[in-house]
Amino acid sequence: MSTFKYVLQKEFQQIRRNPTIVRMMLAVPIIQLIVLPFAADYEIKQLNLAVVDQDHSSYSRELIGQMTASGYFQLANYSSNFNEAMGAVERNEADLILEIPAHFERDLVREDGATLALHANAINQVKGGLSQLYAGQIIRRFNNQIRSEWVQWPRYSPVEMVKIEPQLWFNPHINYHLFMVPGILAVLITMVGSFLASMNIVQEKEAGTIEQINVTPIKKYQFLLGKMIPFWVMGMFSLTLGLVIAYVVYGIVSVGPLWVIYAFSAFYLAAILGIGLLISTFADNQQQATFVSFFFVMIFILMSGLYTPVESMPDWAKVIAYANPVTYMIQVVRGVMIKGAGFMDILPFVGIIGAFGIFFNALAVWRYRKTV
Amino acid sequence: MEKLISRAPAVKIQQLRKTYENDTVLAIKGLDLTVGSGELLALIGPDGAGKTSLFRILATLILPDGGQVEVLGYDVVKDFQSLRLITGYMPGRFALYQDLTVLENLSFFATVFNTSIEANYDIIRDIYVQLEPFKHRRASQLSGGMKQKLALCCTLVHKPSILLLDEPTTGVDPVSRQEFWDILDKLKADGMTMIVSTPYMDEARRCDRIAMMNRGELLDISTPEALIDGFGKPLYAIQSDRMFALLQDLRKYPVTDTCFAFGEAHHVTFKKSIQVDDLRGYLQMQGHHHVDIAQIQPTVEDCFMDQLAS
Repeated sequence: MSTFKYVLQKEFQQIRRNPTIVRMMLAVPIIQLIVLPFAADYEIKQLNLAVVDQDHSSYSRELIGQMTASGYFQLANYSSNFNEAMGAVERNEADLILEIPAHFERDLVREDGATLALHANAINQVKGGLSQLYAGQIIRRFNNQIRSEWVQWPRYSPVEMVKIEPQLWFNPHINYHLFMVPGILAVLITMVGSFLASMNIVQEKEAGTIEQINVTPIKKYQFLLGKMIPFWVMGMFSLTLGLVIAYVVYGIVSVGPLWVIYAFSAFYLAAILGIGLLISTFADNQQQATFVSFFFVMIFILMSGLYTPVESMPDWAKVIAYANPVTYMIQVVRGVMIKGAGFMDILPFVGIIGAFGIFFNALAVWRYRKTV
Repeated sequence: MEKLISRAPAVKIQQLRKTYENDTVLAIKGLDLTVGSGELLALIGPDGAGKTSLFRILATLILPDGGQVEVLGYDVVKDFQSLRLITGYMPGRFALYQDLTVLENLSFFATVFNTSIEANYDIIRDIYVQLEPFKHRRASQLSGGMKQKLALCCTLVHKPSILLLDEPTTGVDPVSRQEFWDILDKLKADGMTMIVSTPYMDEARRCDRIAMMNRGELLDISTPEALIDGFGKPLYAIQSDRMFALLQDLRKYPVTDTCFAFGEAHHVTFKKSIQVDDLRGYLQMQGHHHVDIAQIQPTVEDCFMDQLAS
């Protein structure tokens, strides 16, 4: 036991002596959590609206007024020519075109109905979809308002009886940070686990020290655990730092109990360290380890539902997403922090991650025996 | 020397084979070697001779592909765990933690062998006193000689019964080399069995026996004295004012057997006994001045070159 304690002590000492790792340990969570959610904000404010007004009536002016007063839109271009509005979209000056045809007011009054057209720039599909949605809501309200104005006597209910009132649960203000920060927390500890651990073992290979270690009676499991435990601790530290930043910078307080996140992370980090270990058995130098880790972490993150929901992926991609431990980590962190999931709710995920952990670690240890 | 070897052998190698890359590269082919207990054996041979492969097999780092290898009565394949406890292996390249201090490296290797510096202080004392002034310095900041001394110290700290040193003094300055070998002499006096590979023939000369390897085979193994006695033909050191032309002219001389550039003089052997004056006359005809021809005692290196040439 004292041997193992000393092995651990040596690993911690080496990490402490490596200023890059120590600095990165602090810088990575801070930068990722502060810069990323602010920069990659999905919240749609100040959409640029181009209006093609071929009617120039009081109703058209009223509608435009309501659009710009909503706070979602600002008038970027006003013309009576569709091509000009389209030009504004092409120059990236407008996100949405509202086309009001000629005789809009006349048709509305005489024929009890008129047509409007909305053209959204869907290069950024989220932005395009949201701008359509917001504009649709404003137009519907405008529609109801003029209908009620016309009603002289209540022969029938003047306004629509069935009304949809959207209720956004758990994240009522569609706060993007609330969605993104827990996801980034998950990515964070994934990186600590896979990159640092694999690099560390490969470093011993590069320096030749592994040869010296192998001729000692030290057990493989002692050596490997000695490598994994410090990074497990560092992963937990990063998680804690991330939670503090989430609270201090974004005011995000976990709805569910924090210990559930920690309990899950304990298993999750063990699985991720297994992947790191596995990579280190294949790589001969740090360059190879970095490349392979980068490749996997990249795929894991993109296929994890951090940016796009797993449910909307095609079937083949879902298979990858569900074979990806990061997916579960993100679901658990979001579930606990936003929805208030308890331990019993995430228990199936613990089982899945536990299986991942056993699989990767067993494979890595088997490979390690074979190669070294 | 015979009585040393007749004692229970420390290392017994029979028909050892080792190949790499799916049998395409033959590192060791059918090697037989016996090392006596308490013997200091030098292993010499050109690059690629299979010395490091042999060390790595003895240190239980790689598995042999054929043959029997026993170290101190243990089989290197079956009993590798017991063997690791009593073997001290120092790889050819510095393989300690550069980011740990001298003392930390030493206590780390002591601890992984379940012992402590204090417990085995007597065996490392001679080296440790030289390292002590730098004990809080990181290994990366030591000089080459100091690094090798630290590596030896770490190899010794668990009190092994056999030492395997793979080129321990390569790239080390002459003074440190001398000090290093003085330490090995002391270890030998304490009865340690040691196998040392070295590119320096003066170091090989200090060993009990010298094993010459080439292309995975043992060319010869004998005591330095027997090796030199076995040279068996007169050796001449020849100098003149034009050394490079001299080498070519000597090689053109009809009865010349071997001729190698060797420091200040060329070392030459002949197919039959020669008259020194005949040779001098030949060389002066070729335009050499200040020709100096002297018969000399062969060195280990002469024997080695001779073995390689034949």
